[in-house]
Amino acid sequence: MPPSDELAKLTIFGALAGIAALAAVGVVVSPNAVRSALCLIANFFALAFLYFTLNAELLGITQVIVYTGAIMVLFLFVIMLLNLGAAHLLREPPDLLKKAIGILLGLVLFGMIGSQVLRPLATITATTSPDDYGSPQAVGRALFTTYVWPFEVASVLLLIGIVGSIMLAKRKI
Amino acid sequence: MSKILDFLKYWLSYQGLSEHGIWGATARVLILVVPILLLVPGLIWWERRLLSWMQDRIGPNRVGPKGLLQTICDGVKLFMKEDITPAAIDRLVYFTAPAVALFPAFALGGTLPWGPNTALTPIADVNIGVLYVLAVSSLGVYGIVLAGYASNNKYSLMGGLRSSAQLISYELAMGMSLAAIVLATGSLRMTDMVKYQETLLWGVVPKVQNWLILTPFGFIAAMIFAICAIAETNRAPFDLPEAENELIAGYHTEYSSMKFAVFFMGEYAAMFVFSAIFVAVFCGGYHALPFDWSALGLGQVQQLNESLAGIVFLGKVSFFFSCFIWIRATLPRLRYDQLMALGWRSLLPFAVANFMLVGLWVVVTDPGGANRFGLGWAAYFGGLFVAFLIYLMVRKLSSERFETLEVRKVVLTSGLEGTSVREKEIAAV
Repeated sequence: MPPSDELAKLTIFGALAGIAALAAVGVVVSPNAVRSALCLIANFFALAFLYFTLNAELLGITQVIVYTGAIMVLFLFVIMLLNLGAAHLLREPPDLLKKAIGILLGLVLFGMIGSQVLRPLATITATTSPDDYGSPQAVGRALFTTYVWPFEVASVLLLIGIVGSIMLAKRKI
Repeated sequence: MSKILDFLKYWLSYQGLSEHGIWGATARVLILVVPILLLVPGLIWWERRLLSWMQDRIGPNRVGPKGLLQTICDGVKLFMKEDITPAAIDRLVYFTAPAVALFPAFALGGTLPWGPNTALTPIADVNIGVLYVLAVSSLGVYGIVLAGYASNNKYSLMGGLRSSAQLISYELAMGMSLAAIVLATGSLRMTDMVKYQETLLWGVVPKVQNWLILTPFGFIAAMIFAICAIAETNRAPFDLPEAENELIAGYHTEYSSMKFAVFFMGEYAAMFVFSAIFVAVFCGGYHALPFDWSALGLGQVQQLNESLAGIVFLGKVSFFFSCFIWIRATLPRLRYDQLMALGWRSLLPFAVANFMLVGLWVVVTDPGGANRFGLGWAAYFGGLFVAFLIYLMVRKLSSERFETLEVRKVVLTSGLEGTSVREKEIAAV
């Protein structure tokens, strides 16, 4: 491995992670629902590229197809269909109690996830996974051998969800 | 600091023209994008000329030889026009929307192989090539949706909404049609798909290449893909997002001057790249004709074809681009409910059935490299027949409960002397 390879990877990671984090902040901060959705799209996009840098190209491209390409289009569709009106009409009066509870709950959530995730993450030094770790072949083989039952159960569950939502939405078929 | 300088020095000298080298990558991008950029004015001229020829008009023929410079003049005109920005817009989104619309059109060709030389094409031969096409094509809707939203105009908003609904509906059928091809070729890599099409036709016919459009499942998938490609590029007969008689100009009503030109350019670039993907996946890529020249004893033809790969590919792409225009000249615009019904009730079930039957074909043909092609095709056609019976049954069951859409029949009859009366019969069938 050439000497500056690590630096290159770190630079790319820093750029992508920075975009993702800023976009995530933008989702919460922006008063405009459409701009929030746009920030979420940017966040998903940056995440997909992070997956690419980790040699998990199938996961990355699935992220783009499913989240950026389908789910967020639906989100935007619904937001535009509802047409929420001007942003200043939606602003609520400041409430100190609400803010305090929100910050407290946020800290609790951060502590809970952090206690589980940070410790194993601290020992990791490698910036990428091995080649072919996330290739379509490797993922497909894992899905249809080791994890075939969870995979099939999840797909049947999704199918039931789809059929159920149609039954609920359209009483007369 | 010295570390960063070291890195820059290393980066600039990195591997030259090799696959991951910075210069090689830049060259590959330029070789794909610059021709598309240069071709777009020509494509617009070609569409206008061909369309007017098909409609018995003359079309632009004044500026330059055969009117070729007309598009350049139009471009200059668009540059010089006043750039109007409406007052009540969402400024940031309004100005980014054209750029967002242009990006997928060019990025779409990232995994497209247009020749046999792997040093020059594709830009990135990744093992998710087809998924990349689906992912980037699904981003195409954002430019339109954002333009529609940011313009703060009811017509624009309607155009954006229609576009997103249309895209979600046709994305599925397109994905399923490509999934069938992936199943048959056994790879998501686009170069592997071109290579697969160099094998024997139907697995048995010697000296003829196995272009997927010539195989039964490939033909079905190709037709579905072509229809979805037209829908994704918002072309007639699926150009509802910009239906002039209902929505003025749809999502780009409030865009003038160069911002409109960028939308326009994006549409043509996307059309061109979709034609190129169609050629690469279904029509044998850079091979001029579906014959195995070396098996026919004409090795020179094969060599000639490979050295002229880019031109051959361009010619085939132009042919399919012309088909886009041909369809525009032939078919009237669909109504919105017809559009949705076509996507969900016809294309998607058809594509899924084809996908399942290709699975059957693969299982029967090739259990551990046995290559029983006769049996495989028998199973495929048998499955197709069964699917047709199921379709008839479902139609019979559903037609009892569904109200059929109104169907209008127009009858032309000769009337009194010298005049003709057009009689309209409106009948519910």
